[in-house]
Amino acid sequence: MSTIAPSTRRPIVLVVDDFADNREMYSEYLSFAGYDVIEARNGLEAIDAAQKRLPDIIIMDLSLPVMDGWEATRRLKADERTRRIPVVALTGHALAGHSKGAQEAGCDSFLAKPCLPDQLVAEIRRMLESGKAAVTTTKGAS
Amino acid sequence: MAAAVPTQARSGAEAPRDAAARLALVELLLFSDDAEECARATVDWLAERGGARKSICALIDAESGTLKHVAAAGVSDGQIESLHLALEAPDHPLVFALAGREPVSLGERRAPDSWRSDFLAIPLPLSEAREARQGLLLVSPARCEPEARWAAEMLGQKIARLRAAAATAESAHKVQRERELLLNIVNASPDPILLTDPEGRMIISNARADALFSSKEGESEGRHRAVTLNNMMFSAALSRQAIDESGAVRRELLLVSPSEGSDLLFELLSSVVQHPREGTCVVSILRNVTDLRAATEQIEENYRRLRLAEADVRAERDRLDLIIDSAADPILVTDSSGKILLMNSPAERLFTAPDLDERAEAERAVRSNDAHFSSFISNLFLTGSGLRWRGEIPLTDPSTLQPLPVEAVAGKVMSEHGEVTAVVTILHDRTEAIEKARLYEQLKAASEQLEEKVREATAELVRRNELLQRQHLELEQASQLKSQFLANMSHEFRTPLNAILGYTSMLLQGVSGDLAAPQKNKMLRVDSNARHLLSIINDILDISRIEAGKMPLHLEEFEMPALVAELLAEVEPLIQKSRLQTLTDLPPGTALVVSDRQKVKQIVLNLLTNAIKFTPHGQVKVMVREDERGGEVNIAVEDTGIGIAPQDQDKVFEDFRQADDSVTREYGGAGLGLAICRRLAKMLDGRIELQSRLERGSTFTLVIPRKGKGR
Repeated sequence: MSTIAPSTRRPIVLVVDDFADNREMYSEYLSFAGYDVIEARNGLEAIDAAQKRLPDIIIMDLSLPVMDGWEATRRLKADERTRRIPVVALTGHALAGHSKGAQEAGCDSFLAKPCLPDQLVAEIRRMLESGKAAVTTTKGAS
Repeated sequence: MAAAVPTQARSGAEAPRDAAARLALVELLLFSDDAEECARATVDWLAERGGARKSICALIDAESGTLKHVAAAGVSDGQIESLHLALEAPDHPLVFALAGREPVSLGERRAPDSWRSDFLAIPLPLSEAREARQGLLLVSPARCEPEARWAAEMLGQKIARLRAAAATAESAHKVQRERELLLNIVNASPDPILLTDPEGRMIISNARADALFSSKEGESEGRHRAVTLNNMMFSAALSRQAIDESGAVRRELLLVSPSEGSDLLFELLSSVVQHPREGTCVVSILRNVTDLRAATEQIEENYRRLRLAEADVRAERDRLDLIIDSAADPILVTDSSGKILLMNSPAERLFTAPDLDERAEAERAVRSNDAHFSSFISNLFLTGSGLRWRGEIPLTDPSTLQPLPVEAVAGKVMSEHGEVTAVVTILHDRTEAIEKARLYEQLKAASEQLEEKVREATAELVRRNELLQRQHLELEQASQLKSQFLANMSHEFRTPLNAILGYTSMLLQGVSGDLAAPQKNKMLRVDSNARHLLSIINDILDISRIEAGKMPLHLEEFEMPALVAELLAEVEPLIQKSRLQTLTDLPPGTALVVSDRQKVKQIVLNLLTNAIKFTPHGQVKVMVREDERGGEVNIAVEDTGIGIAPQDQDKVFEDFRQADDSVTREYGGAGLGLAICRRLAKMLDGRIELQSRLERGSTFTLVIPRKGKGR
């Protein structure tokens, strides 16, 4: 596992998932992989956290209580403060309709559960590097 | 004459005495030319100078045959009246006296009372014969006889002369009048009439003839020439005729009209007349036949046309007869009373009795037909105000005695004055039509029955269809629910599996510190089982997607050899682990296929992993064959593995089945792989074929169309 260059600050990842075991599993692994992690249990919390902390990337489960991932993504993408934050949709619903709906809501990428932690890290890294491709082209091995 | 001598002698003796008196009478008579005047003068002279007391003069009127009083002196009216008598009474003394040779003294004779005096009756004149006497002079007394005798002689001679002169004048006048009448008659004739000498010189001609044959000074030159020409023609015609001279001869003579110059054709009729003074003459009557000839020609032309027209009419009628006779339907022409004037042979068959004498029934049929037809015609006049009438007549066929219902259409033939001159009736056999109508009714009834059955069946069908639709809807809902349930289940399975796989992965990566070998070994088993569980979940999801029709096809063109290479690369880790030999048998070239690449890959990958899984040692071979004729491509995966018993070869494609339960236990897998492959192959319009021998190996072949689904 390669880590982010020490000179730069650790990127902030917002992990949104109502299932605590998954949320904490990703959280722990992402911290281990060198990211600052904040967590949210539903769409509303996710919007709140995103506005407060302005993370570098958001990992969004779509089936959520209170407010689902699609609606939360739409609101984030409609908000001037949060609209530039890449959103990676992550769902156990593997049907074709889900990824399409996620794209329409404004998600930038889509991952199906089960998704191994190292696969998630690889995707986060890919998204962040494509977002600032001009700054650095560093790409770690998966 | 002998009787007159004494009287003459006596009067001669007395003459010198009355010479002066006699001269006076002579003068009077000489200067008068009227008989009555002379008579009166003589009577007056006798009374004045002749010594007569009474004197009467009566003259014979030749026209009435009577003796009429002309003049009287000293006589009563009764005597004058009695003098008026018819000469056919010979016993009358006056009539007797009239024929005598001497004066008659009436006193000596048995005279009528009025004359029983000394009247002397002297014929006028006494000297002439009885036939030349003009009347009687009666004088009284008789002693004045000498003077009376002389005066009577004078008057008698004078009247005879006057009457002769008058007769001559009358005769001449009469001749003149007759001549004028004759000329008028001749002139009145519309035909030119001429009397000529044999050389044609005119003796007499009427006005019409003059117009043709004579001209006067001052008339036109053309007219002169025409007249000259006409005379020449006429003379020539006469001279030709003179030669034969056999009575009246007719010939044609062409002349020129002097007034118009046009040709005139005359018929010349001339006959020779012998005249006592003039000798031989020719009477010619010309008749203008110019117009006659034209008229004759016209009549001939008209006659010719009439003949032609008649021929036309005859031809027309023949044609009409032919048409009527050749019509299959009976046609009858009747007068307004229903009497048949004309009919064609089909009608004759119905309305005339057949000659075969034994058919009394046929005759009855004909009579019945006649009656029906007459009734139809009279109905036409009773009710039909229009020109046409349509009705049905129940006739009978005389030859078969079968009922023959006919439809009759009658039309009135009207004259110019709006009277019905004839009625034309056409009969049309309706047997066939009625039979057709009956069949049609049967057909209709049958059709209605059929329709009713169809309606019932349709209603039943609709009912069943509704049931089916409801069932289908329920099924769909159930299917939807199932799909939804499976999708949800899949999600619910995945969420904890995600945590299991995630934590296992973290432990194996040493996130929580390095593991001892036995720990790591067991963690690997957890990981392996979790992945197997995931593959089962994925397979179930695939089947539910296919069943729910939520597995979309994405057709594209791709190269089969490249796909095979990709597949072998993916299974490379498995092959290395199993130490099997892999072979490929690919056709030369690109072997292009149009299909869903992802699904073809999924199928072949499944076949390939199965082959590797069930082949303990030996080889796995992938072969691609293009079947040009069938337009198919075969992708076969051949192994040298455990094989499948013939009785199990169908089972392997069933859901959750492997060849037998022991296989599952030994080799793992949910037994859904081939079931999914078969479904996917079907989606691609393809199939999976299997050839296998137990313990020797299996060959699974995917057959798909080269040019895509539904080609």
